Amino acid sequence: MSRRKGKKYSAEELSLQRWDKEVKRKKKLRDTRHMVRILIATMIAGCFAVLFLMPIVLTITNSFMSASEISANYGQVFATTDTGGKVYISDKVNLKFIPDMVSFSQYGTVLFKSPEYLLKFWNSVILVGPIVAFQLLVASGASYGFTRYRGRIKEIIFFLYIILMLMPYQVTLVPNYLVSDWLNVLDTNWAIWLPGIFSPFSVYLLTKYMRRIPTSVMEAAQIDGAGEWQIFRRICMPLCKGAMCSIAILIFIDYWNMVEQPLILLADQEKHPLSVFLSKINSGEIGLAFAVATIYMVPPILVFLYGEDYLVEGITYQGGIKG
Amino acid sequence: MHILKSRGKKRTLQQEKVGTKKSVQKIKKTGSNPRTRRGKWISAGYLFPSAAGVLLFFVLPFMIVIYYSVVDNPISHQFVFLDNFVMVFQNAAFQQAAKNTLTFSAAAVPLAVVLSLLLAMMLESKIPFKSQFRTFFLSPMMVPIASVVLIWQVLFHYNGMMNEILAFFHADKVDWLNSSYAQVVIIILFLWKNLGYNMILFMSALSSIPKDIIEVAVLESASSFQIFWRIKLRYMSSTILFVTIMSLINSFKVFREIYLLKGEYPYDTMYMLQHFMNNTFSRLDYQKMSAAAIMMAIVMVVIIGILFLTENHFGKDVEG
Repeated sequence: MSRRKGKKYSAEELSLQRWDKEVKRKKKLRDTRHMVRILIATMIAGCFAVLFLMPIVLTITNSFMSASEISANYGQVFATTDTGGKVYISDKVNLKFIPDMVSFSQYGTVLFKSPEYLLKFWNSVILVGPIVAFQLLVASGASYGFTRYRGRIKEIIFFLYIILMLMPYQVTLVPNYLVSDWLNVLDTNWAIWLPGIFSPFSVYLLTKYMRRIPTSVMEAAQIDGAGEWQIFRRICMPLCKGAMCSIAILIFIDYWNMVEQPLILLADQEKHPLSVFLSKINSGEIGLAFAVATIYMVPPILVFLYGEDYLVEGITYQGGIKG
Repeated sequence: MHILKSRGKKRTLQQEKVGTKKSVQKIKKTGSNPRTRRGKWISAGYLFPSAAGVLLFFVLPFMIVIYYSVVDNPISHQFVFLDNFVMVFQNAAFQQAAKNTLTFSAAAVPLAVVLSLLLAMMLESKIPFKSQFRTFFLSPMMVPIASVVLIWQVLFHYNGMMNEILAFFHADKVDWLNSSYAQVVIIILFLWKNLGYNMILFMSALSSIPKDIIEVAVLESASSFQIFWRIKLRYMSSTILFVTIMSLINSFKVFREIYLLKGEYPYDTMYMLQHFMNNTFSRLDYQKMSAAAIMMAIVMVVIIGILFLTENHFGKDVEG
């Protein structure tokens, strides 16, 4: 204290002060560096976001163009066959975000004049709906079976499910085809429904979720006199509600997007879902195609906006396959 | 003890102890409690519909496929062992398809893993609008590929948008979809579709790494590279394995995109195994189909096995 009056610092204090300054400077540097890093990260993420969203946004905005505007913009790309005497085709491709004139004419045509698109849309609904509903039903039972009284046999069966789940379509399609042929359901919707309903994917996911319920809960219920059905209905199902939602979303996306199965199992093109049919729209109707594509996007986008958190949760549970 | 006493058997203390151990073991082994046994059967009953369906639609037919792959034809049932496999293997179309699929997977899967990990780390580094970015990155997964394929055609057509951009930089036009660049287009499409899904998996893995370990590492003045390489990667090894497997499976599904872009007969480098299968299907050549399917199954099992082993090797000391 007395020394401070004379404004003399000992060597020790001086070095302490210097050290303090150094730390502050470093901290400031680190903070600015941190800020810069976050800024760069945000910018890169922004670029990616634009790239990711562009195709979707373009499809939607382009569906509001009139037929002549579409053919003017993309005539070069889709004019593979004869263009049927279009008035004006630019020699360049114009990728436009905003149509010159917003028109609902394409939607009008799709909804009221050409019923085939709506029919194909309905095919998609008919194919996907039962699969989602019944796959969940079968899977909830199965995962209950896998959760209660785990034994060696059940673990082996479960491992088999995992292997089946990991097999690519190319492998499982051949067995599917053989069974459909054998059951005489080839070319009917059953050929898609049946393998879809018994797909091991949702069983795996729901089992993983259900096994996280503490066994003591179920045992307590059992001691209180609940039967297996009551444990299943009153305890497991309510606790797995969120998981069921996320699995339903995952199944829905997967089957709404299907292409391979109908191509092989449904020879009759009338029965094909819209996802396959969209690629067959000929170049003259390209404007319509944008509108149809947008309509086809609507259900999954609605599901996504409504249940994004469920979806994220479902994906998260998929991770960690060994668990 | 109580059970034994209630059964009213008189024993010396020594005997009783031994007896209890034995009978407990017995109960555990056979589940001789009638209620447990009944519950076991009932729970197996819940499993039954699914197991029966899986057996009928996947396992049994797969056995038949194995059988078909080693016989001459489904009518005469001549046993030919590996002839079908050799025939498929020597088929030029199969070779082309296998080669394309392999090169595609070899390029696309590592890219999908690395890029999605980078995206996840970017989002985890506390940038603003995190949840919005997550939504944006995830949206391609939701959108049916058939819906956006038109835009991709506009982008990559010979007179399309990409070539316009190239022309702006005075570069030569590239026929994206009908040249060896076709694979590049497919890889971009694949990444666009799958990055979001992988990213979610990595994000959950990153957030579940224990914070204290990283804090200790910072205190020990580890560089951020060391923290990433030695701690985070180790902790995420099982997720990396899972993402790799899922990307691999999805890379086999890329046929969908190619089919919607180019139809049944795409450019050579886009001819994938699924095209081969489809063409074999249309000729109803069961033997070839079966042999090809089994070869793919074996390759898949081997690859997944290798991945599991590597993960076991690298991730064993953080399992907890």
